[in-house]
Amino acid sequence: MGKVIGQRLPLYDSYRHTTGQTRFTDDIYLPGMLFVKTAKIPVPHARILNIDTTGAERVAGVAAVITHKDVPNNYWGAFVQDQPVLPDKYVRFLGQPVVAVAAVDEDTALEAAEKVKIDYEELTPVFDPEEAMQPGAPEVHEGGNIAKFGGYDAMMVRLGDVEKGFAESDYVIEHKFHTAMNEHAFLEPHCSVAEADANGHITIYTASQTTSWHQFLICGVLAAPINTVRIVSGPTGGGFGGKSNPSTEFVVALLAKKTGKPVKWRWTREEEFLISTVRSADTFWMKTGFKKDGTLVARQIRYIQDTGAYNDFGTYGMMKLTSQINGPYRIPNVWFDGYVVYTNKQVTGPMRGYSITQSVSANETQMEIIAEMTGLDPIEVRRKNLVQDGDILPTQQVLEAVGVRETLDAVIKASNWYSK
Amino acid sequence: MEIAFTLNGLAVKVDVKPADILTDVLRQKLGVLSVKKGCETGDCGACAVLVDGELVNSCVTLAPTVAGKSITTVEGLIVNGEMDIIQRRLAEYHGTQCGFCTPGMVMAIKALLNGNPHPDEAEIRRAIAGNLCRCTGYQKIVEAVQSITA
Ligand code: FES
Ligand code: FES
Repeated sequence: MGKVIGQRLPLYDSYRHTTGQTRFTDDIYLPGMLFVKTAKIPVPHARILNIDTTGAERVAGVAAVITHKDVPNNYWGAFVQDQPVLPDKYVRFLGQPVVAVAAVDEDTALEAAEKVKIDYEELTPVFDPEEAMQPGAPEVHEGGNIAKFGGYDAMMVRLGDVEKGFAESDYVIEHKFHTAMNEHAFLEPHCSVAEADANGHITIYTASQTTSWHQFLICGVLAAPINTVRIVSGPTGGGFGGKSNPSTEFVVALLAKKTGKPVKWRWTREEEFLISTVRSADTFWMKTGFKKDGTLVARQIRYIQDTGAYNDFGTYGMMKLTSQINGPYRIPNVWFDGYVVYTNKQVTGPMRGYSITQSVSANETQMEIIAEMTGLDPIEVRRKNLVQDGDILPTQQVLEAVGVRETLDAVIKASNWYSK
Repeated sequence: MEIAFTLNGLAVKVDVKPADILTDVLRQKLGVLSVKKGCETGDCGACAVLVDGELVNSCVTLAPTVAGKSITTVEGLIVNGEMDIIQRRLAEYHGTQCGFCTPGMVMAIKALLNGNPHPDEAEIRRAIAGNLCRCTGYQKIVEAVQSITA
Protein backbone atom coordinates (compact mmCIF):
# COMPACT_ATOMS: atom_id res chain seq x y z
CA MET A 1 0.00 0.00 0.00
CA GLY A 2 1.21 3.45 -0.85
CA LYS A 3 0.61 6.79 0.75
CA VAL A 4 -2.63 7.27 -1.13
CA ILE A 5 -3.69 4.04 -2.87
CA GLY A 6 -5.58 1.77 -0.52
CA GLN A 7 -5.89 4.45 2.15
CA ARG A 8 -9.14 5.93 3.43
CA LEU A 9 -8.77 9.63 2.67
CA PRO A 10 -11.51 12.17 3.37
CA LEU A 11 -12.66 14.09 0.30
CA TYR A 12 -10.78 17.40 0.22
CA ASP A 13 -13.96 19.43 0.69
CA SER A 14 -15.81 17.18 3.12
CA TYR A 15 -14.97 19.10 6.32
CA ARG A 16 -16.33 22.25 4.70
CA HIS A 17 -19.56 20.33 4.01
CA THR A 18 -19.92 19.05 7.58
CA THR A 19 -19.19 22.44 9.12
CA GLY A 20 -21.54 24.32 6.80
CA GLN A 21 -18.88 26.38 5.00
CA THR A 22 -19.50 25.10 1.46
CA ARG A 23 -21.14 27.88 -0.54
CA PHE A 24 -23.59 26.71 -3.19
CA THR A 25 -25.00 29.02 -5.86
CA ASP A 26 -28.12 29.81 -3.84
CA ASP A 27 -25.83 31.00 -1.04
CA ILE A 28 -24.72 33.93 -3.22
CA TYR A 29 -26.48 37.16 -2.28
CA LEU A 30 -25.26 40.26 -4.12
CA PRO A 31 -26.23 43.88 -3.38
CA GLY A 32 -29.35 44.90 -5.29
CA MET A 33 -29.98 41.34 -6.45
CA LEU A 34 -33.24 40.59 -8.27
CA PHE A 35 -35.17 37.30 -8.17
CA VAL A 36 -36.94 35.50 -11.00
CA LYS A 37 -40.33 33.82 -11.33
CA THR A 38 -42.02 32.80 -14.56
CA ALA A 39 -45.47 32.79 -16.11
CA LYS A 40 -46.81 29.51 -17.52
CA ILE A 41 -50.03 28.10 -18.88
CA PRO A 42 -51.88 25.13 -17.34
CA VAL A 43 -51.81 22.81 -20.40
CA PRO A 44 -49.04 20.71 -22.01
CA HIS A 45 -49.64 21.66 -25.65
CA ALA A 46 -50.89 24.97 -27.01
CA ARG A 47 -50.47 27.58 -29.69
CA ILE A 48 -49.59 30.96 -28.17
CA LEU A 49 -51.92 33.67 -29.51
CA ASN A 50 -50.94 36.69 -27.47
CA ILE A 51 -48.74 37.62 -24.52
CA ASP A 52 -49.67 40.69 -22.45
CA THR A 53 -47.12 41.67 -19.80
CA THR A 54 -48.49 45.11 -18.89
CA GLY A 55 -50.15 43.92 -15.65
CA ALA A 56 -46.86 42.43 -14.47
CA GLU A 57 -44.84 45.50 -15.38
CA ARG A 58 -47.08 47.66 -13.19
CA VAL A 59 -46.38 45.71 -9.99
CA ALA A 60 -44.18 47.76 -7.64
CA GLY A 61 -40.76 46.17 -7.25
CA VAL A 62 -40.65 44.64 -10.72
CA ALA A 63 -37.45 45.52 -12.60
CA ALA A 64 -37.97 43.72 -15.91
CA VAL A 65 -40.31 41.36 -17.73
CA ILE A 66 -38.98 39.42 -20.71
CA THR A 67 -40.54 37.32 -23.46
CA HIS A 68 -39.16 35.60 -26.57
CA LYS A 69 -38.80 39.06 -28.13
CA ASP A 70 -35.97 39.83 -25.71
CA VAL A 71 -33.88 36.80 -26.70
CA PRO A 72 -31.36 37.51 -29.50
CA ASN A 73 -31.19 33.85 -30.65
CA ASN A 74 -34.20 32.21 -29.07
CA TYR A 75 -33.71 28.66 -30.39
CA TRP A 76 -30.92 26.60 -28.93
CA GLY A 77 -29.86 23.00 -28.62
CA ALA A 78 -26.60 21.17 -28.23
CA PHE A 79 -27.23 19.12 -31.39
CA VAL A 80 -30.53 20.27 -32.88
CA GLN A 81 -31.59 23.90 -32.32
CA ASP A 82 -35.29 23.24 -31.69
CA GLN A 83 -35.78 24.55 -28.14
CA PRO A 84 -36.83 28.14 -27.40
CA VAL A 85 -35.48 29.88 -24.31
CA LEU A 86 -38.95 31.42 -24.02
CA PRO A 87 -41.52 30.06 -26.48
CA ASP A 88 -42.92 32.31 -29.21
CA LYS A 89 -45.38 30.04 -31.04
CA TYR A 90 -46.00 26.85 -29.08
CA VAL A 91 -45.93 25.52 -25.55
CA ARG A 92 -44.91 21.87 -25.75
CA PHE A 93 -44.87 20.58 -22.16
CA LEU A 94 -46.63 21.31 -18.91
CA GLY A 95 -45.02 24.08 -16.90
CA GLN A 96 -42.82 25.41 -19.72
CA PRO A 97 -41.89 28.99 -18.73
CA VAL A 98 -43.25 31.53 -21.24
CA VAL A 99 -42.45 34.88 -19.60
CA ALA A 100 -39.78 35.70 -17.00
CA VAL A 101 -40.10 38.41 -14.37
CA ALA A 102 -37.27 39.88 -12.25
CA ALA A 103 -38.26 41.69 -9.06
CA VAL A 104 -36.85 42.74 -5.72
CA ASP A 105 -37.87 39.48 -4.06
CA GLU A 106 -39.45 36.13 -4.99
CA ASP A 107 -42.91 37.01 -3.63
CA THR A 108 -43.08 40.16 -5.77
CA ALA A 109 -41.84 38.29 -8.83
CA LEU A 110 -44.48 35.61 -8.28
CA GLU A 111 -47.25 38.18 -7.84
CA ALA A 112 -46.20 39.86 -11.09
CA ALA A 113 -45.86 36.58 -13.00
CA GLU A 114 -49.45 35.77 -12.07
CA LYS A 115 -50.53 39.04 -13.71
CA VAL A 116 -49.09 38.09 -17.11
CA LYS A 117 -51.91 37.29 -19.56
CA ILE A 118 -51.17 34.54 -22.05
CA ASP A 119 -53.89 33.83 -24.63
CA TYR A 120 -53.57 30.41 -26.17
CA GLU A 121 -55.36 27.79 -28.18
CA GLU A 122 -55.15 24.39 -26.57
CA LEU A 123 -53.86 21.62 -28.86
CA THR A 124 -54.18 17.86 -28.48
CA PRO A 125 -51.11 16.53 -26.72
CA VAL A 126 -49.37 13.21 -27.34
CA PHE A 127 -47.58 11.50 -24.48
CA ASP A 128 -46.82 8.00 -25.74
CA PRO A 129 -43.90 7.76 -28.23
CA GLU A 130 -45.39 4.75 -30.03
CA GLU A 131 -48.57 6.75 -30.57
CA ALA A 132 -46.55 9.81 -31.57
CA MET A 133 -44.90 7.80 -34.39
CA GLN A 134 -48.22 6.90 -36.01
CA PRO A 135 -49.32 8.82 -39.10
CA GLY A 136 -51.86 11.48 -38.15
CA ALA A 137 -50.63 11.77 -34.54
CA PRO A 138 -50.70 15.28 -33.03
CA GLU A 139 -47.52 17.04 -34.13
CA VAL A 140 -45.23 18.12 -31.30
CA HIS A 141 -43.07 19.83 -33.93
CA GLU A 142 -44.19 20.86 -37.38
CA GLY A 143 -43.02 18.23 -39.82
CA GLY A 144 -43.34 15.17 -37.63
CA ASN A 145 -42.45 13.63 -34.30
CA ILE A 146 -39.47 11.53 -35.36
CA ALA A 147 -36.07 13.22 -35.02
CA LYS A 148 -33.77 12.75 -38.00
CA PHE A 149 -30.37 11.15 -38.28
CA GLY A 150 -28.84 12.68 -41.39
CA GLY A 151 -32.16 12.54 -43.24
CA TYR A 152 -33.12 9.10 -41.90
CA ASP A 153 -35.82 8.37 -39.31
CA ALA A 154 -33.68 5.90 -37.41
CA MET A 155 -30.13 5.57 -36.23
CA MET A 156 -29.20 2.34 -38.04
CA VAL A 157 -26.42 -0.02 -37.07
CA ARG A 158 -25.65 -3.25 -38.92
CA LEU A 159 -23.02 -5.89 -38.21
CA GLY A 160 -22.78 -9.25 -39.98
CA ASP A 161 -25.95 -10.94 -41.27
CA VAL A 162 -28.65 -11.07 -38.66
CA GLU A 163 -31.06 -13.35 -40.63
CA LYS A 164 -28.33 -15.90 -41.17
CA GLY A 165 -27.44 -15.61 -37.48
CA PHE A 166 -31.00 -16.40 -36.39
CA ALA A 167 -31.10 -19.35 -38.80
CA GLU A 168 -27.92 -20.75 -37.24
CA SER A 169 -29.24 -20.31 -33.68
CA ASP A 170 -30.73 -23.18 -31.64
CA TYR A 171 -33.05 -20.80 -29.81
CA VAL A 172 -34.45 -17.34 -30.57
CA ILE A 173 -36.09 -15.25 -27.85
CA GLU A 174 -37.83 -11.90 -28.19
CA HIS A 175 -39.15 -9.49 -25.56
CA LYS A 176 -40.57 -6.02 -25.42
CA PHE A 177 -39.10 -3.82 -22.70
CA HIS A 178 -40.32 -0.57 -21.27
CA THR A 179 -38.42 1.59 -18.79
CA ALA A 180 -39.76 4.50 -16.75
CA MET A 181 -38.86 8.18 -16.81
CA ASN A 182 -36.56 9.12 -13.89
CA GLU A 183 -36.00 12.49 -12.25
CA HIS A 184 -32.41 13.04 -11.06
CA ALA A 185 -33.71 14.45 -7.76
CA PHE A 186 -30.44 15.98 -6.62
CA LEU A 187 -30.93 17.75 -3.29
CA GLU A 188 -29.79 21.15 -4.60
CA PRO A 189 -32.41 22.59 -6.96
CA HIS A 190 -31.19 24.35 -10.11
CA CYS A 191 -30.01 27.88 -9.38
CA SER A 192 -27.89 30.48 -11.12
CA VAL A 193 -26.87 34.07 -10.57
CA ALA A 194 -25.78 36.48 -13.30
CA GLU A 195 -24.27 39.92 -13.13
CA ALA A 196 -23.23 42.32 -15.85
CA ASP A 197 -20.23 44.59 -15.46
CA ALA A 198 -19.90 48.16 -16.75
CA ASN A 199 -18.89 46.87 -20.20
CA GLY A 200 -21.92 44.62 -20.40
CA HIS A 201 -19.79 41.51 -19.90
CA ILE A 202 -21.66 38.82 -18.02
CA THR A 203 -20.55 36.55 -15.21
CA ILE A 204 -22.81 33.59 -14.47
CA TYR A 205 -22.47 31.63 -11.25
CA THR A 206 -24.03 28.21 -11.54
CA ALA A 207 -23.63 24.53 -10.62
CA SER A 208 -22.73 23.30 -14.08
CA GLN A 209 -21.44 19.83 -14.85
CA THR A 210 -20.23 21.11 -18.23
CA THR A 211 -18.89 24.63 -17.91
CA SER A 212 -17.49 25.19 -21.42
CA TRP A 213 -20.54 23.60 -22.96
CA HIS A 214 -22.73 26.08 -21.07
CA GLN A 215 -20.51 28.93 -22.18
CA PHE A 216 -20.85 28.38 -25.91
CA LEU A 217 -24.58 27.64 -25.75
CA ILE A 218 -25.20 30.78 -23.68
CA CYS A 219 -23.03 32.91 -25.98
CA GLY A 220 -25.09 31.61 -28.90
CA VAL A 221 -28.39 32.60 -27.28
CA LEU A 222 -27.07 36.02 -26.20
CA ALA A 223 -25.35 36.58 -29.57
CA ALA A 224 -22.30 37.55 -27.51
CA PRO A 225 -18.62 36.89 -28.21
CA ILE A 226 -17.20 34.12 -26.05
CA ASN A 227 -14.79 36.45 -24.23
CA THR A 228 -17.72 38.47 -22.85
CA VAL A 229 -19.40 35.63 -20.97
CA ARG A 230 -17.72 34.07 -17.96
CA ILE A 231 -19.15 30.96 -16.31
CA VAL A 232 -18.16 30.23 -12.72
CA SER A 233 -19.17 26.76 -11.68
CA GLY A 234 -19.48 26.40 -7.94
CA PRO A 235 -20.04 23.24 -5.93
CA THR A 236 -22.72 21.02 -7.44
CA GLY A 237 -25.28 19.79 -4.92
CA GLY A 238 -25.76 16.61 -6.88
CA GLY A 239 -25.90 16.46 -10.68
CA PHE A 240 -26.16 12.89 -12.00
CA GLY A 241 -26.30 14.33 -15.53
CA GLY A 242 -29.14 16.71 -14.77
CA LYS A 243 -26.89 19.73 -14.56
CA SER A 244 -25.28 19.10 -17.97
CA ASN A 245 -27.71 21.28 -19.89
CA PRO A 246 -28.25 25.01 -19.39
CA SER A 247 -31.48 25.54 -17.46
CA THR A 248 -31.80 28.79 -15.52
CA GLU A 249 -28.70 30.44 -17.02
CA PHE A 250 -30.11 31.97 -20.23
CA VAL A 251 -32.86 33.83 -18.39
CA VAL A 252 -30.67 35.24 -15.61
CA ALA A 253 -28.08 36.38 -18.17
CA LEU A 254 -30.74 38.15 -20.28
CA LEU A 255 -32.29 39.80 -17.22
CA ALA A 256 -28.93 40.90 -15.80
CA LYS A 257 -28.08 42.49 -19.15
CA LYS A 258 -31.42 44.21 -19.32
CA THR A 259 -31.51 45.54 -15.74
CA GLY A 260 -27.80 46.01 -15.01
CA LYS A 261 -28.40 44.28 -11.68
CA PRO A 262 -27.44 40.85 -10.36
CA VAL A 263 -30.23 38.33 -10.96
CA LYS A 264 -30.91 34.96 -9.31
CA TRP A 265 -33.27 32.23 -10.50
CA ARG A 266 -33.78 29.30 -8.21
CA TRP A 267 -36.16 26.48 -9.10
CA THR A 268 -38.59 25.13 -6.54
CA ARG A 269 -38.81 21.39 -5.98
CA GLU A 270 -42.07 21.44 -7.94
CA GLU A 271 -40.27 23.05 -10.88
CA GLU A 272 -37.54 20.41 -10.59
CA PHE A 273 -40.14 17.69 -11.10
CA LEU A 274 -42.05 19.53 -13.84
CA ILE A 275 -39.47 21.27 -16.01
CA SER A 276 -36.00 19.90 -15.34
CA THR A 277 -34.65 17.24 -17.68
CA VAL A 278 -35.25 13.57 -16.90
CA ARG A 279 -33.97 10.16 -17.94
CA SER A 280 -35.90 9.10 -21.03
CA ALA A 281 -38.59 6.46 -20.84
CA ASP A 282 -37.59 3.90 -23.47
CA THR A 283 -39.54 1.21 -25.29
CA PHE A 284 -37.72 -1.48 -27.21
CA TRP A 285 -37.90 -4.93 -28.69
CA MET A 286 -34.90 -7.19 -28.30
CA LYS A 287 -34.64 -10.44 -30.27
CA THR A 288 -31.67 -12.66 -29.50
CA GLY A 289 -30.48 -15.92 -31.10
CA PHE A 290 -28.12 -18.30 -29.27
CA LYS A 291 -26.70 -21.82 -29.34
CA LYS A 292 -27.52 -24.67 -26.93
CA ASP A 293 -24.20 -24.03 -25.21
CA GLY A 294 -25.20 -20.39 -24.51
CA THR A 295 -23.10 -18.74 -27.26
CA LEU A 296 -24.78 -15.58 -28.56
CA VAL A 297 -25.18 -15.52 -32.36
CA ALA A 298 -27.50 -12.73 -33.44
CA ARG A 299 -29.48 -9.80 -32.10
CA GLN A 300 -32.12 -7.52 -33.59
CA ILE A 301 -33.30 -4.41 -31.77
CA ARG A 302 -35.92 -1.81 -32.48
CA TYR A 303 -35.46 1.00 -29.99
CA ILE A 304 -37.68 4.00 -29.26
CA GLN A 305 -36.39 6.76 -27.04
CA ASP A 306 -38.93 9.29 -25.78
CA THR A 307 -37.03 12.59 -25.97
CA GLY A 308 -39.91 14.72 -24.68
CA ALA A 309 -40.68 18.14 -26.13
CA TYR A 310 -37.20 18.89 -27.49
CA ASN A 311 -34.24 16.99 -28.83
CA ASP A 312 -31.55 18.27 -26.46
CA PHE A 313 -29.22 15.27 -25.94
CA GLY A 314 -31.66 12.84 -27.66
CA THR A 315 -29.83 12.03 -30.88
CA TYR A 316 -26.48 12.17 -29.08
CA GLY A 317 -27.74 9.76 -26.41
CA MET A 318 -28.91 7.38 -29.13
CA MET A 319 -25.43 7.41 -30.69
CA LYS A 320 -23.89 6.65 -27.30
CA LEU A 321 -26.32 3.78 -26.81
CA THR A 322 -25.50 2.06 -30.08
CA SER A 323 -21.88 1.43 -29.16
CA GLN A 324 -22.91 -0.33 -25.96
CA ILE A 325 -26.19 -1.94 -26.90
CA ASN A 326 -24.87 -5.45 -26.27
CA GLY A 327 -23.18 -4.62 -22.99
CA PRO A 328 -19.92 -6.50 -22.46
CA TYR A 329 -21.00 -9.40 -24.71
CA ARG A 330 -19.81 -10.44 -28.16
CA ILE A 331 -22.56 -10.83 -30.77
CA PRO A 332 -21.32 -11.21 -34.36
CA ASN A 333 -24.60 -10.37 -36.12
CA VAL A 334 -26.48 -7.22 -35.10
CA TRP A 335 -29.33 -5.21 -36.60
CA PHE A 336 -30.30 -2.04 -34.70
CA ASP A 337 -32.84 0.69 -35.52
CA GLY A 338 -33.11 3.48 -32.94
CA TYR A 339 -35.76 6.19 -33.05
CA VAL A 340 -35.77 9.44 -31.09
CA VAL A 341 -39.39 10.57 -30.75
CA TYR A 342 -40.92 13.86 -29.59
CA THR A 343 -43.82 13.88 -27.10
CA ASN A 344 -45.49 16.63 -25.04
CA LYS A 345 -43.46 15.89 -21.97
CA GLN A 346 -40.52 17.52 -20.24
CA VAL A 347 -37.21 17.20 -22.06
CA THR A 348 -35.04 14.17 -21.50
CA GLY A 349 -31.34 14.53 -20.99
CA PRO A 350 -28.28 12.77 -19.70
CA MET A 351 -28.66 10.70 -16.57
CA ARG A 352 -25.94 8.30 -15.55
CA GLY A 353 -25.24 6.67 -18.90
CA TYR A 354 -27.96 8.00 -21.25
CA SER A 355 -30.04 5.11 -22.62
CA ILE A 356 -27.18 2.68 -22.09
CA THR A 357 -28.49 2.09 -18.59
CA GLN A 358 -31.98 1.27 -19.85
CA SER A 359 -30.61 -1.24 -22.35
CA VAL A 360 -28.54 -2.97 -19.66
CA SER A 361 -31.72 -4.00 -17.85
CA ALA A 362 -32.94 -5.73 -21.02
CA ASN A 363 -29.56 -7.24 -21.86
CA GLU A 364 -29.07 -8.76 -18.43
CA THR A 365 -32.69 -9.94 -18.20
CA GLN A 366 -32.17 -11.89 -21.40
CA MET A 367 -28.87 -13.31 -20.11
CA GLU A 368 -30.77 -14.71 -17.12
CA ILE A 369 -33.41 -16.22 -19.42
CA ILE A 370 -30.70 -17.75 -21.61
CA ALA A 371 -29.10 -19.30 -18.49
CA GLU A 372 -32.45 -20.81 -17.53
CA MET A 373 -33.15 -22.15 -21.04
CA THR A 374 -29.70 -23.70 -21.46
CA GLY A 375 -29.42 -24.90 -17.87
CA LEU A 376 -26.08 -23.14 -17.55
CA ASP A 377 -24.84 -21.20 -14.54
CA PRO A 378 -25.75 -17.48 -15.07
CA ILE A 379 -22.11 -16.49 -14.61
CA GLU A 380 -20.92 -19.11 -17.10
CA VAL A 381 -23.29 -17.84 -19.80
CA ARG A 382 -21.89 -14.39 -19.31
CA ARG A 383 -18.27 -15.47 -19.13
CA LYS A 384 -18.62 -17.45 -22.34
CA ASN A 385 -19.79 -14.38 -24.25
CA LEU A 386 -17.53 -11.67 -22.81
CA VAL A 387 -15.79 -9.38 -25.28
CA GLN A 388 -12.03 -9.49 -25.51
CA ASP A 389 -9.24 -7.59 -27.21
CA GLY A 390 -9.74 -7.51 -30.97
CA ASP A 391 -13.54 -7.97 -30.91
CA ILE A 392 -15.64 -5.58 -33.02
CA LEU A 393 -18.57 -3.64 -31.56
CA PRO A 394 -21.74 -3.20 -33.67
CA THR A 395 -20.46 0.33 -34.36
CA GLN A 396 -17.26 -1.12 -35.92
CA GLN A 397 -15.02 -0.08 -33.06
CA VAL A 398 -12.19 -2.55 -32.46
CA LEU A 399 -11.74 -3.19 -28.75
CA GLU A 400 -8.43 -3.02 -26.94
CA ALA A 401 -7.34 -3.23 -23.30
CA VAL A 402 -10.57 -5.04 -22.29
CA GLY A 403 -10.65 -5.82 -18.57
CA VAL A 404 -14.11 -7.26 -18.15
CA ARG A 405 -13.02 -10.88 -17.60
CA GLU A 406 -10.69 -9.91 -14.75
CA THR A 407 -13.42 -7.70 -13.30
CA LEU A 408 -15.98 -10.50 -13.38
CA ASP A 409 -13.51 -12.90 -11.75
CA ALA A 410 -12.83 -10.39 -8.98
CA VAL A 411 -16.58 -9.97 -8.40
CA ILE A 412 -17.06 -13.75 -8.23
CA LYS A 413 -14.30 -14.00 -5.68
CA ALA A 414 -15.38 -11.03 -3.56
CA SER A 415 -19.02 -12.13 -3.52
CA ASN A 416 -18.26 -15.80 -2.85
CA TRP A 417 -20.60 -16.62 -5.74
CA TYR A 418 -19.81 -20.32 -5.95
CA SER A 419 -20.38 -21.02 -2.27
CA LYS A 420 -23.83 -19.42 -2.27
CA MET B 1 -42.19 42.61 15.00
CA GLU B 2 -38.92 42.10 16.80
CA ILE B 3 -38.10 38.69 18.21
CA ALA B 4 -35.19 37.63 20.40
CA PHE B 5 -33.70 34.16 20.62
CA THR B 6 -30.40 32.39 21.11
CA LEU B 7 -28.50 31.38 17.96
CA ASN B 8 -25.55 29.07 18.45
CA GLY B 9 -25.08 30.36 21.98
CA LEU B 10 -25.34 34.06 21.12
CA ALA B 11 -28.32 36.31 21.89
CA VAL B 12 -29.85 37.73 18.69
CA LYS B 13 -32.67 40.15 17.94
CA VAL B 14 -34.27 40.33 14.52
CA ASP B 15 -37.17 42.10 12.88
CA VAL B 16 -39.61 39.67 11.24
CA LYS B 17 -43.03 39.62 9.65
CA PRO B 18 -45.59 37.21 11.13
CA ALA B 19 -45.46 34.91 8.08
CA ASP B 20 -41.64 34.88 7.68
CA ILE B 21 -40.16 31.42 7.38
CA LEU B 22 -37.37 30.51 9.80
CA THR B 23 -35.11 29.28 6.95
CA ASP B 24 -35.24 32.69 5.24
CA VAL B 25 -34.64 34.59 8.46
CA LEU B 26 -31.63 32.44 9.32
CA ARG B 27 -30.16 32.61 5.81
CA GLN B 28 -30.93 36.14 4.70
CA LYS B 29 -31.12 38.14 7.93
CA LEU B 30 -28.63 36.28 10.10
CA GLY B 31 -26.27 34.91 7.42
CA VAL B 32 -26.54 31.27 8.51
CA LEU B 33 -26.08 29.81 5.02
CA SER B 34 -25.57 26.22 6.15
CA VAL B 35 -29.35 25.92 6.40
CA LYS B 36 -30.29 24.69 2.92
CA LYS B 37 -33.46 24.76 0.86
CA GLY B 38 -34.07 21.38 -0.74
CA CYS B 39 -37.86 21.37 -0.94
CA GLU B 40 -39.39 24.04 1.30
CA THR B 41 -42.24 21.65 2.06
CA GLY B 42 -40.86 19.80 5.07
CA ASP B 43 -39.91 16.68 3.12
CA CYS B 44 -36.11 16.57 2.77
CA GLY B 45 -34.48 17.74 6.00
CA ALA B 46 -31.86 19.94 4.29
CA CYS B 47 -33.06 22.89 6.39
CA ALA B 48 -33.09 21.00 9.72
CA VAL B 49 -31.91 22.82 12.86
CA LEU B 50 -32.23 22.18 16.57
CA VAL B 51 -34.80 24.27 18.44
CA ASP B 52 -34.31 23.77 22.19
CA GLY B 53 -32.52 20.53 21.35
CA GLU B 54 -35.31 19.18 19.16
CA LEU B 55 -34.86 18.52 15.41
CA VAL B 56 -37.06 20.88 13.39
CA ASN B 57 -37.40 21.53 9.65
CA SER B 58 -36.94 25.29 9.53
CA CYS B 59 -38.72 25.62 6.15
CA VAL B 60 -42.04 24.75 7.77
CA THR B 61 -41.44 26.81 10.91
CA LEU B 62 -42.72 30.37 11.25
CA ALA B 63 -39.96 32.60 12.55
CA PRO B 64 -42.00 34.22 15.38
CA THR B 65 -42.51 30.80 16.99
CA VAL B 66 -38.82 30.56 17.97
CA ALA B 67 -38.91 33.71 20.13
CA GLY B 68 -37.20 33.02 23.45
CA LYS B 69 -35.86 29.66 22.26
CA SER B 70 -32.40 28.38 21.49
CA ILE B 71 -31.41 27.44 17.92
CA THR B 72 -28.39 25.38 16.98
CA THR B 73 -26.99 24.88 13.46
CA VAL B 74 -23.79 23.15 12.28
CA GLU B 75 -21.86 26.38 12.83
CA GLY B 76 -22.73 26.14 16.53
CA LEU B 77 -21.23 22.67 16.90
CA ILE B 78 -17.71 24.03 16.54
CA VAL B 79 -16.44 24.81 20.04
CA ASN B 80 -13.14 26.66 20.49
CA GLY B 81 -12.26 25.87 16.89
CA GLU B 82 -12.86 22.12 17.44
CA MET B 83 -15.34 20.30 15.25
CA ASP B 84 -17.95 18.05 16.80
CA ILE B 85 -17.07 14.38 16.42
CA ILE B 86 -20.11 13.99 14.11
CA GLN B 87 -18.61 16.56 11.74
CA ARG B 88 -15.26 14.76 11.72
CA ARG B 89 -16.60 11.23 11.33
CA LEU B 90 -19.06 12.05 8.53
CA ALA B 91 -16.13 13.47 6.56
CA GLU B 92 -13.76 10.59 7.41
CA TYR B 93 -16.28 7.84 6.64
CA HIS B 94 -17.45 9.40 3.34
CA GLY B 95 -20.84 10.18 4.81
CA THR B 96 -20.88 13.30 2.66
CA GLN B 97 -20.46 13.68 -1.08
CA CYS B 98 -22.05 16.77 -2.64
CA GLY B 99 -22.64 18.15 0.84
CA PHE B 100 -26.05 19.68 0.26
CA CYS B 101 -27.87 17.39 2.70
CA THR B 102 -24.96 17.35 5.14
CA PRO B 103 -25.71 20.22 7.56
CA GLY B 104 -29.24 18.88 8.11
CA MET B 105 -27.89 15.36 8.43
CA VAL B 106 -25.36 16.45 11.07
CA MET B 107 -28.15 18.06 13.09
CA ALA B 108 -30.36 14.97 12.86
CA ILE B 109 -27.50 12.84 14.20
CA LYS B 110 -26.82 15.42 16.93
CA ALA B 111 -30.47 15.25 18.02
CA LEU B 112 -30.26 11.45 18.10
CA LEU B 113 -27.04 11.24 20.12
CA ASN B 114 -28.19 13.90 22.59
CA GLY B 115 -31.09 11.69 23.64
CA ASN B 116 -29.56 8.26 22.98
CA PRO B 117 -25.73 7.98 23.08
CA HIS B 118 -25.71 4.30 22.05
CA PRO B 119 -28.32 3.81 19.32
CA ASP B 120 -28.48 0.54 17.38
CA GLU B 121 -28.51 0.51 13.59
CA ALA B 122 -32.30 0.61 13.35
CA GLU B 123 -32.42 3.60 15.67
CA ILE B 124 -29.78 5.41 13.60
CA ARG B 125 -31.69 4.77 10.37
CA ARG B 126 -34.95 5.90 11.95
CA ALA B 127 -33.31 9.10 13.25
CA ILE B 128 -32.16 10.13 9.76
CA ALA B 129 -35.31 8.95 7.98
CA GLY B 130 -36.46 12.54 7.50
CA ASN B 131 -33.18 13.60 5.89
CA LEU B 132 -32.91 12.73 2.22
CA CYS B 133 -29.46 12.14 0.74
CA ARG B 134 -29.27 11.49 -2.99
CA CYS B 135 -25.52 10.81 -3.11
CA THR B 136 -24.32 8.46 -0.40
CA GLY B 137 -26.96 5.74 -0.23
CA TYR B 138 -26.94 6.30 3.59
CA GLN B 139 -24.67 3.33 4.37
CA LYS B 140 -21.57 5.47 4.93
CA ILE B 141 -23.58 7.84 7.10
CA VAL B 142 -24.72 4.94 9.28
CA GLU B 143 -21.13 3.65 9.51
CA ALA B 144 -19.90 7.10 10.52
CA VAL B 145 -22.43 7.21 13.38
CA GLN B 146 -21.58 3.66 14.42
CA SER B 147 -17.91 4.62 14.61
CA ILE B 148 -18.88 7.17 17.27
CA THR B 149 -21.29 5.06 19.28
CA ALA B 150 -19.65 1.63 19.14
S1 FES C 1 -36.08 22.33 2.75
FE1 FES C 1 -37.02 22.01 4.65
S2 FES C 1 -37.48 19.92 4.65
FE2 FES C 1 -36.70 20.27 2.65
S1 FES D 1 -24.23 14.20 0.02
FE1 FES D 1 -25.37 14.84 -1.73
S2 FES D 1 -27.38 14.70 -1.03
FE2 FES D 1 -26.29 13.88 0.60
